[in-house]
Amino acid sequence: MCLGIPGQLKEISDVNEHLARVDVSGVTRIINIGLLEDENLQSGDWVLIHVGFAMSKIDEEEAALALASLQLMGQAYEEELEAFGSSKSSSDTGGS
Amino acid sequence: MKFVDEYRDPTAAQALVAQITALAGDDHFKFMEVCGGHTHTIYRHGIEHVLPANVELVHGPGCPVCVIPMGRVDDAVSLAHQPDVIFTSFGDMMRVPGSRGNLLKAKAEGADIRFVYSPLDALKIAMDNPEREVVFFAVGFETTAPSTALTLLQAKTKGVSNFTVFSNHVTIVPPLRAILESPDLRLNGFLGPGHVSTVVGQRPYRFVPSKYGLPLVTAGFEPLDILHAISMLLTQIREGRCEVENQYSRVVREEGNPRALAILAEVFELRPHFEWRGLGFISQSGLKLRPAFAAFDAELRYQTPGVRVADPKACQCGEVLKGVIKPWECKVFGTACTPETPVGTCMVSSEGACAAYYNFGRMHRQAAVTLGRRSQLTP
Repeated sequence: MCLGIPGQLKEISDVNEHLARVDVSGVTRIINIGLLEDENLQSGDWVLIHVGFAMSKIDEEEAALALASLQLMGQAYEEELEAFGSSKSSSDTGGS
Repeated sequence: MKFVDEYRDPTAAQALVAQITALAGDDHFKFMEVCGGHTHTIYRHGIEHVLPANVELVHGPGCPVCVIPMGRVDDAVSLAHQPDVIFTSFGDMMRVPGSRGNLLKAKAEGADIRFVYSPLDALKIAMDNPEREVVFFAVGFETTAPSTALTLLQAKTKGVSNFTVFSNHVTIVPPLRAILESPDLRLNGFLGPGHVSTVVGQRPYRFVPSKYGLPLVTAGFEPLDILHAISMLLTQIREGRCEVENQYSRVVREEGNPRALAILAEVFELRPHFEWRGLGFISQSGLKLRPAFAAFDAELRYQTPGVRVADPKACQCGEVLKGVIKPWECKVFGTACTPETPVGTCMVSSEGACAAYYNFGRMHRQAAVTLGRRSQLTP
């Protein structure tokens, strides 16, 4: 449960609610970026995502590294991605 | 992708192992990795068998699922059985055994228990079901606690009145201190946790060198990160230094995440004491909701048994969590206790030492034992 998944910011979708649209391994989701309010996040930035929240800003190299390392984990990463995909609050279809 | 290629470079790993071997010389070293994510990497990649035999890794208490005591699981089960309650939990917690079964069993018995990925999912369920009461089973170190805190701030702003949190959040420093005070453990240093440190930074670890005279190096999650951090620990020792160093500076900053820390402090306060599986009661180690958030505190809204339950006699999770024994040395490992039917928490989460060893370590160790026998057979 302590996994951090790298995702790339597509756009800030709701400034007041601190919501952003991110791409995680090709899937678009909504995450909360309130914990990184001081980072002045822009679209194109990479973040590590944990339980639906961006927990740290990372660079592209670190994102690639983290992703490669997660893919090696196999099942644990697949389960995390599946859970992320099924997350109700991060659904990209509900409009926001 | 040059960086990744470099990191996956076996030559780099070999060079680090050679460096570690040279630095260690003939002395024996025992380092504890605090974080469950590190434990997973170590077993997944057979790092213990790449290292020289005199450099030993001990697996610490940094898996949030593994440290939840049975009494708290019983409380969770009791909350889940309350009428009108939708009980929400991370998937990892579903199999954690209480004294009368786990959450999966409670669900089978008819309790409305839903698996969520994020505390925000739990809040959404509450907003979608205003006629029901939604309880979120919050677990995790400072990595996860700010997310719960931010969710509670949202719930308050939005005036959601049917949402409460059963907080089992814990902090990383008190168990470190407890381990350092433990008489049956001799360590030479720590691999500091990665993701927790993105929030708390490096300062909280300064007491490890200053009070206990041991080095601590915060490490990343790549196999090469772990090897690099071990060589940094040994270098400190050989150079007569004793400091907090940061191998994972790509992600972890000295000051951590001040905003996350501020949000944590706004919503949570320290409990006088909190029970940890295998470690017993540790003072000022658990987080509860501040009085301003009392309306969202499941422990205030509902009656829970709140009874302390001793761990099963056969279970040696405590000794595993303190690094006194290796997972395979536990009496029930792999027999009564497996990931499908865990007796202890260390077998539940993929970050638990026992589950990681059960899934990956056995093969590496068997291979190493076989190879060892072969080399003894050949003169």
